[in-house]
Amino acid sequence: MITVEGLSHWYGDRRAVEGLSFTIQQNECVGLLGLNGAGKSTTMKVLAGLLVPTGGTVTIDGADLVSAGAQFRSRIGYLPEDPPLYKEMTVREFIGYCGQLKGMSASAVNARLDGVLATAQLTARQHQVIGELSHGYRKRCGIAQAIIHKPSVVILDEPISGLDPKQIVEMRQVIRDLAKDATVIISSHILSEISETCDRLIVLNGGRIVAAGTEAELAARAGGGSRVTVLVRGAPDAIAKAFAAAGVVASDLRDESAGLTRAHVTLPASMHGDAREALVTALVQAGVGVRRLVEDEGELEQIFLGLTKESAQ
Amino acid sequence: MSGIWLIARRDFSAFINTMWGWLILSLALLIDGILFNAFALSSTPRLSAEVLTDFFFLTGGIVLFAGVAITMRLFAEERQTGTIVLLESSPLSETQAVIGKYLSGLMFLALFLVLTAYMPAMIFVNGKVSPEQIGVGYLGVSLLGAAGIAIGTWASAISKNQLVALIIGAAGTLFFVLSWMLSRVLDPPFKGLFAYMAFFDKQFQPFQEGRINTEGVVFFVSVSFAFLLLATRSLIARRWE
Repeated sequence: MITVEGLSHWYGDRRAVEGLSFTIQQNECVGLLGLNGAGKSTTMKVLAGLLVPTGGTVTIDGADLVSAGAQFRSRIGYLPEDPPLYKEMTVREFIGYCGQLKGMSASAVNARLDGVLATAQLTARQHQVIGELSHGYRKRCGIAQAIIHKPSVVILDEPISGLDPKQIVEMRQVIRDLAKDATVIISSHILSEISETCDRLIVLNGGRIVAAGTEAELAARAGGGSRVTVLVRGAPDAIAKAFAAAGVVASDLRDESAGLTRAHVTLPASMHGDAREALVTALVQAGVGVRRLVEDEGELEQIFLGLTKESAQ
Repeated sequence: MSGIWLIARRDFSAFINTMWGWLILSLALLIDGILFNAFALSSTPRLSAEVLTDFFFLTGGIVLFAGVAITMRLFAEERQTGTIVLLESSPLSETQAVIGKYLSGLMFLALFLVLTAYMPAMIFVNGKVSPEQIGVGYLGVSLLGAAGIAIGTWASAISKNQLVALIIGAAGTLFFVLSWMLSRVLDPPFKGLFAYMAFFDKQFQPFQEGRINTEGVVFFVSVSFAFLLLATRSLIARRWE
């Protein structure tokens, strides 16, 4: 668990972040969102132990960043946007070196190395020189170096930037696997990615937290529920009644071929739990067959822009 | 200790696994050999002790500037390539990082000195010099080189790129090499101070002549310690930026 209380950092007389407080539980995956200059990078650097904060405290499982720096850093795994790699080393040598740099014994590294290479999907490339690897494999090397010492908290800065679609899908799986053993903090400009992989979001603007919560909670905060497009079996009139009975507002109902209806639905923030699941349950109980439910593209972008605009006002 | 050794080993293997390390080593050996042939041996008959003295003088100069060339990359290259993050986010202290990097420089220095051994060996075989004189000379060159590597380590620790590190390291080294010139134009007490700090004119000269200079040992160790301390402090300060 990582606990941040009143975190502030100033570069000379310029404030980067101020008064940040949050707690991230073990096995939770949290996304850090913010526009350029919002204080994301500074926050990530402080959490990774690279910078000492001007004010406030950061602790991981009780180890304080300032008073127990070495202990704190041994519990952190950090992947910057550009993976830090010694390109003349082979993948296996490099990951082993990083493990020992993090304080592991050579035997402990050897015992864990194969598993980490498998998690990062690098087993087939383990004897290849890093300088010869593609960008995607270098990212994986970066992840492997960040987790070799079994850290409590893994911090990933833009983990999917520069990856092709296939690599993005594979990287998502790697990140999900990481969250089984550690707290994961992700910073990304690609909001759909944050939405895809994170349980909770923290939105920064102007060096302060302007919102924190699940995507649905943030959507409610930004002035409404999230929007989905559904394809259901039935005529538009009957479907409209079913939506009304489920307590959601549907719009733009269109009669599709083969007795199907397409509709845009705004999920109210008041729905308990995951609103998408609640909607599907309500429709099925009303005898409506659900063929497809897709979150509207740009949903998180709208929420994010709404929140940052709101805080600016 | 294992962390220090880990860094030292990686950096030394980076020296010898890259073109750059071998290039510096080859150039340093080539220049040392040419200068030894041109100035130490010369065409006129000389005492073998004088030849040995000149060898250590020339090798001392080469060691200093080869030291700056190899140490410029220690931290500055890691900063340029972003791999400094690996050190900064590790549980190792800044002191361990600096000592590890410094040790890798000393390993390179040792390799260079071993490869120069054929020259004093030739003097030993063909002339009349004692093993002690050779040993003391190498002790002096090692201390001089260690001080130069410490200056280069500090320059690399405070620089954002290797070129800046090279310039700062070379300027720092030149300051100690040329401080005897400053001592001639200054009034006391600076006159004495600058004369004392002269690497060659004051501190190294007894070693190259085969005399152990305790004051020189203390001086070179102190310079090395001071610059390593400065390097450590500058790395710590970066965390507070």
